[in-house]
Amino acid sequence: MKIVKKAQAGTMQSSDLMVFLEPAETLNVTIESTVLKQFGALIRGKVDEVLAKHGIDAGEVRITDRGALDYAIEARLETAIMRATEG
Amino acid sequence: MAGFKLRRSLLYVPGNMPSMLQNIPIFNCDSVIIDLEDAVPLSEKDAARHLVKRFLLNYTDRNKELLVRINPLDTRWGYEDLKVVLPAMPDGIRLPKADTPEIVERLDTLLTEFEEELEVEIGRFGILPSLESALGVINAVGIANSSERIFALAFGAEDYTASMEIERSRGGEELFNARTRVLWAAKAKGIQAVDTIFADVSDMEGLRAETELAKRLGYTGKCLVNPRQIEVVHDVFAPKQHEVEYALQVIEAIQRARQLGTGVIALGGKMVDAPVVKRAARVLRTAYAHGMVDTLIDEEAIHGAQ
Repeated sequence: MKIVKKAQAGTMQSSDLMVFLEPAETLNVTIESTVLKQFGALIRGKVDEVLAKHGIDAGEVRITDRGALDYAIEARLETAIMRATEG
Repeated sequence: MAGFKLRRSLLYVPGNMPSMLQNIPIFNCDSVIIDLEDAVPLSEKDAARHLVKRFLLNYTDRNKELLVRINPLDTRWGYEDLKVVLPAMPDGIRLPKADTPEIVERLDTLLTEFEEELEVEIGRFGILPSLESALGVINAVGIANSSERIFALAFGAEDYTASMEIERSRGGEELFNARTRVLWAAKAKGIQAVDTIFADVSDMEGLRAETELAKRLGYTGKCLVNPRQIEVVHDVFAPKQHEVEYALQVIEAIQRARQLGTGVIALGGKMVDAPVVKRAARVLRTAYAHGMVDTLIDEEAIHGAQ
């Protein structure tokens, strides 16, 4: 799928995250997290996995994490992708 | 009694809040109703259903009944809610604004279609219809009989009072007729009746009084808006020790009576016959579910050998 417009999903509550997507030529992922030191790599791994699952290989992806678990990362990213790819 | 399940406490959890969803495994309520309807703003309906789906798929070690309150089927979200959430295998659907039997029948048909598609047993997904309008209350009997998936009827006083154009009072006199009608329909069908929420989380006395009233009328469970309400509700619905002891005495007395070739006997100066035994059996089944007695009462003890 292709990111065709700006979209966001999620909230800034604890245990949640915000996902921002924007069209771009290449894939660029930035992650900001309250637990970046301990879990940065795991969050990144999950984000990459979900993007790959949806065939997203280009776009500006910004994540602001508030200590979300894997299922929430997957769900918010999924929602943002659907919002950013629909016509 | 096959399929007897305690449903004293049915806790609402907002569908779009990870911090609340994640606590579901540790809440000690009997059932959870994950809400995609009123607790979710219109702009976040898609986000909530994806979050709930991912949460349920991840929650494999399930320790309580999981229901999902979808949006009404005549909105643009209701069908999509089912489509996204059902593959994550909730136990059932709470159907809001179940005003007519036809509305429930429509959900029943959709659930059957999804069960065929998902290749699971037909009837796996239960239905808990919300009777929460004047029309729903009037149609209670038809609704109770509209689908074999229905395991209980739920009365919803907030929307009901709105539909009646009245205020909800602390005493609840204005709800009396509706509460009773929902109960009649449930009892006639042999299913459970679940009472409405009590919105004031700080008023535990009010919650207790309302739960006691509901129990006296015949309700066996209550919907909750906050986990702090669980303990009071469980306490009210638990059989009291003296009730359990009396029930055991009743069963013993009727067995003695049957040995004497009669179906009626005096216990402490009061008559014991079939309806008294039935009530005692109900107390003992509930006590068994609470772990207060060791054995589940059998049908022969209740009705006698043929």
